[in-house]
Amino acid sequence: MAPILFLFFIAAGFAAFLIGISIKFAPKDRPTDIKASSYECGLAPDPPPSRHIPVKFYRTAILFIIFDIEIIFMYPFALAYRDFLAQGQGLYILLVMGVFLAFFLLGLWWEIASKALKWT
Amino acid sequence: MGQDTMETLINGTKILVIFLSMGSLVPFLVWAERRTLALMQSRLGPNRTGPLGLLQILADLVKPLMKEDFAGQATHKGLFYLAPLLAIIPPALVFGAIPFSHPLILPSFEFLGYAFGPYTFYFQGFNLNVGVVFALGVSSLSAYALLIAGWSSGNKYSLLGALRAAAQTISYELALSLALVGLILVFNTLDFLEMVKIQSGPLTFSFFGSEKTIPFLPGWGIFYQPVGAFLLFISFLAESNRVPFDLPEAEGELVAGYHTEYGGIKLILFYIGEYAHIMVASALMVTFYFGGYTFYPFLTEDSLNGLFQARMGEWAGLLTSLALFITFLVKFFLFLFVFMWIRATLPRFRYDQLMDLGWKTLLPWAFGNAVVTAVVIFIFDFFKRGSFFG
Repeated sequence: MAPILFLFFIAAGFAAFLIGISIKFAPKDRPTDIKASSYECGLAPDPPPSRHIPVKFYRTAILFIIFDIEIIFMYPFALAYRDFLAQGQGLYILLVMGVFLAFFLLGLWWEIASKALKWT
Repeated sequence: MGQDTMETLINGTKILVIFLSMGSLVPFLVWAERRTLALMQSRLGPNRTGPLGLLQILADLVKPLMKEDFAGQATHKGLFYLAPLLAIIPPALVFGAIPFSHPLILPSFEFLGYAFGPYTFYFQGFNLNVGVVFALGVSSLSAYALLIAGWSSGNKYSLLGALRAAAQTISYELALSLALVGLILVFNTLDFLEMVKIQSGPLTFSFFGSEKTIPFLPGWGIFYQPVGAFLLFISFLAESNRVPFDLPEAEGELVAGYHTEYGGIKLILFYIGEYAHIMVASALMVTFYFGGYTFYPFLTEDSLNGLFQARMGEWAGLLTSLALFITFLVKFFLFLFVFMWIRATLPRFRYDQLMDLGWKTLLPWAFGNAVVTAVVIFIFDFFKRGSFFG
């Protein structure tokens, strides 16, 4: 645990140190209005970016959460699989997991068939 | 100073060395990539500064440090400065968990008048028994850096680029974690060191009841999981936003993507994060599918130990670890070269093609890979023991 935290703080400290050097030593110039405005290829940055985001990003995020949780449930199964086989419970675990995987497949099929992922 | 203090010191030094070598490898990689791309396109690339243009590495580091530190007036200052920090932390954390060589067992010794017991020196920042889960969980945190960078920039193109990057990262995250299920089914462990140990022998598998061994092939993961290895590699490409999946930075559409508003050293930190991601991807591919630091017929800890034991005596352990470390480095750099090669070869996808590839091709294939692996293991187990039950 401690080494992970140490690495975390070293990485953060390194980045902060570099930014600090840049703030301290790099030349400063008085910002003009043009310089301080957003760089959008010369168009006036007006209006500012909208807080409305296309719904397809939300759809992707929601589907991701559902599928990611389902996939995470396969990790304990994959780790315990050999133990079940060694105890002669292989058919049982395969069938139980088969039901779960069938729902996964059904979800994936429904998601594609209902065009939830159509990106146009 | 006792055993504990020494262990803390060793761990601290190790982590410092790992992080600094990762950081200093980045400018070298940038130089190597520019040279490789140039040679592949019949150009010369950077060759003016120093021999082979190697001093370019120094120039690339000093120049952005001396650029003005600037944040536009539309930016959210705090988050704008936080994002580059967040970009380099996740890959650095994963890098610390990768085993670079065989653990070295030091016998008990005396140092400054204190006796230290036998100590196992691991060539990895920290030895985790859930390495795979740790790597997956931590590396996906880098999506936050992209989102925060894009959102805090106050720029339409940055926001769009960040949204694209995040949607792409999470979409390929699914295929990535599902492709690994097959690997865990085969190796039955989440520990990186354990995985490498399993791959250090010859290729062995049970085939309809009889154990078969192929003595001239190493037992690498890619021979058990060829489809999984391919899927994982593509997912890593997409995760690190590399060509052909560099949609978040598509210049023609988005100026420069999520880091349009960044410049100077803050931009360089994003680049460090990106290259660190590629390094992590290469190291993980080597560890998962290409035998880690071993290469079965010649370069395994047993054969090397025997070889060095006869000639060098007590230095055998150290020399073995060093030789295996070099083996790891060679494989690691080969993979990095493949990443550059792909960049020189492939054109960019269109965004809808990218999402389709992730959700409708890679995900079903990864799913099929996991199911087939489980069923095949079940069938071979059935033939080995002759019955379905106990």
